[in-house]
Amino acid sequence: MQGSMSKDVMTTLVVSAALIWALPLMVSTYTLTILIIYGMLGLSLGLIWGFGGIICFGQAAYFGLGAYTYAIAAINFGESTIPMLLAVIVPAIFAALLGLMMFYGRLTDVYLGVITLVVMLILFKFINSTAGPQYVIGNARLGGYNGIPGFQTLNVPGDPSAYIWGDAYFYVCAVMLALVFILVSALLRSSFGRIAVGIRENETRMSLMGYDIRARKTILFSIGAAIAGLAGALFANWSEIVTPSLFSLRQSAEIIIWCIVGGFSNRVGPIFGAAGLAYIKILLGQQSMVDNTLIMGIILVVFVLFLPKGLVPAVAELWNISFGRRKRGASRSGRRVRNRGKANG
Amino acid sequence: MDLSAVIFIEILYAVASLIMISAGLAVVFGMMKVINLAHGEFMMMGGYTTITAVNLGVNVFVAMLIIAPLIVGLIGLVVERLVIRHLYGRLIDTMLATWGLSLFFIGIVTMIFGNTTTGISTPIPGFTVGNYQINGYNFFIILVAIALVILLYAVLKGTRAGLIARGTMQRPDMAASLGYSPDRIYMATFFCGSALSGLAGAVLAPLVGLVPTSGAAYIAKAFITVIAGGPSLIAGLVSSSTVFGIISQTFSFAVSPVMGEVALLVAAVVLLRLLPQGVTGKFFKGKL
Repeated sequence: MQGSMSKDVMTTLVVSAALIWALPLMVSTYTLTILIIYGMLGLSLGLIWGFGGIICFGQAAYFGLGAYTYAIAAINFGESTIPMLLAVIVPAIFAALLGLMMFYGRLTDVYLGVITLVVMLILFKFINSTAGPQYVIGNARLGGYNGIPGFQTLNVPGDPSAYIWGDAYFYVCAVMLALVFILVSALLRSSFGRIAVGIRENETRMSLMGYDIRARKTILFSIGAAIAGLAGALFANWSEIVTPSLFSLRQSAEIIIWCIVGGFSNRVGPIFGAAGLAYIKILLGQQSMVDNTLIMGIILVVFVLFLPKGLVPAVAELWNISFGRRKRGASRSGRRVRNRGKANG
Repeated sequence: MDLSAVIFIEILYAVASLIMISAGLAVVFGMMKVINLAHGEFMMMGGYTTITAVNLGVNVFVAMLIIAPLIVGLIGLVVERLVIRHLYGRLIDTMLATWGLSLFFIGIVTMIFGNTTTGISTPIPGFTVGNYQINGYNFFIILVAIALVILLYAVLKGTRAGLIARGTMQRPDMAASLGYSPDRIYMATFFCGSALSGLAGAVLAPLVGLVPTSGAAYIAKAFITVIAGGPSLIAGLVSSSTVFGIISQTFSFAVSPVMGEVALLVAAVVLLRLLPQGVTGKFFKGKL
C-alpha cells in the first residue's frame, strides 16, 4: 500500500504541475482560479457522496458558511491567516453537529437529502433576512441580501499589507487543490477510507463487523464540509464579496450536476466535471441566443439517462477497452454500476 | 374575537395552500416512489398557462381549473415517456433527471416569456371582518384544497381505476400478473400528478408575481411536506400539511414571515429526526 501511495502522490504532483504550467497559456488566470475553486467544491461532494454514500443536497451550505466565516473573521481580525483556518473549522464543526443529529438518528437515503437541503434553506433564509443594523458579528454587518463586501483579502501570513492576488492567487489556489487532492487520496487509501467505502456498499454488514458507522459517517461528512468551507473561503477571496446566493438551491444543484457529469466515485471526476461545466457556463454566458439554464438542464438529463457513471469513468473504460492490457480485475471494475466505483479510488 | 377569526382563517389557508402545493408531488411519490423535482416548474407552467389563457380572453376559472391542468398534464405525459419511464426504481437518478428537467423548463419559459414578472388580479374581491381585511381568494383556495382531498379519496377508494391504482401501488408485479400493465398505470398516474401540479400553480398564480424561477419557491416546501408525510398518500399529505401549516403561520404571526418559513424548516428537521419514516410511517399506518 505504501508504495502505491507514494506513486499516487508523484503522479498527482507531476500532473498538477503540468496543468498549472500549461493552463494559463490558454485561459486567463482569473477564470482559472474560479474553475479550481469549483473543482475543490466538486471534490468535497464527490468524497462524501461518491465514497461515503451520503446523499447531500445541501453541499452549498458549507461552501457559503466557509465564505461567510472568512468574510466576517477577516473584517474583525484585519488579516487573513486565522480567518482561513476558521473558514475550514466552522463548517466542519457545523457539519459534525448536523451529522451527529442525522446519523445517530439513523436517517438514510432520501431523508438525508431532505435534511441537508432544508438546513441549507434555513441558512439561506436567515442570511437573507439579516439586512438590519442589529445583525452584527464583531465589526462585520451581515448585510442581508446585499452580502458583505470590502473585507481583507488573502495576504502573506504575518504581513497584512502584502496581498496575494492575480496570478499569485491562482498559484495559491492551484497548490491548495493539489494538496487537498493528495490528502483525499491518502484518506481513501487509509483504513478509514476503505471502511467508508464498505459502509457505502453495505451498512448493515459493516456495523455487524463492529464498526461504528454513525461516528464514521459523521467524521466523513465533516471532512467534506471542511473542504467545501476551504473552497468557500477561496471563493470569497476571489469574488471579494459574499452574498446569500452562495447558499442557494441553484448553487447546490450545480455542484451535483458537476459530480454527475464528471462521475462520482472517483477523485478526478468531480474536479474535471466542475471545472469543465463552469467553463462551458462562462462561455455560454457570453452569448444570449440560448438560455444558459436550459443547456445545463439538458446536460444533466442526458447524463443521467445515457452516462449515469459520468464522463471520467466512461473515458477510462473506453481507454481500457481500446488500449488497456487486460489485467484480472481490470475488466471487473468496468462492469460495476454507479455508486460502486473503484474502491481504491 | 375578530383577530382570532382572522388568524384561524389564515392558518386554514396556510394548510390548504401546502396541500395544494404538495398534492401533485404526493400522488407521484406515493404511487410510483418517484420524486419529481421539476414539480415546482410544472406549477410555474400551470401559472403561465392560466395567464396566457386569460390574456387570450378565456374565463379565469375555466383557465385555472380546466386548461392549466390539462396542458401541464400533457407536458408531464411527454416527460414521463421520454425520460422518467427509463428510471423507475432508481430514486436518486429520477431526482437528478427531474432536477435537470426543472432547469430545462426554466430555460424554455425564460426564452418564451422573458425574465419578467407577470401576473393577473385575483378574481374574487376581499371583505372585512371587524377591523380586518380578508382576501376572499383565500377561501377559494381552502375550498379547492378540500375538494381536492375529497376527490382524491373518492377516486382512490371508490372507483375501479382507483382500485387498480392502489393495487399497483402495493404490488406492481401482482397487478401485472392480473393483466394490468404497470407501465400504463404509471403513465396515467404521472399525468394525474402533473395535472394536479398544474392546477396548484394555476390556482396560486393570482396571488404571486410569476417569474420563470418561481418554481424554486414551491419545490422545497412540497418536497419536505411529502417526505415528512411518509408512505400513506392522503393521510400523509393532510397530516404533514396541517402540522407545517399551523407551525409556519403561528410563527409568522408571532414573530415575522421569515421566521415562519424558518420555523417550518426547523419543524421538518425535528419531525424527520423523531419520525424518520415520516408521520404516516408511525401513525395512520396502512391508511390511504
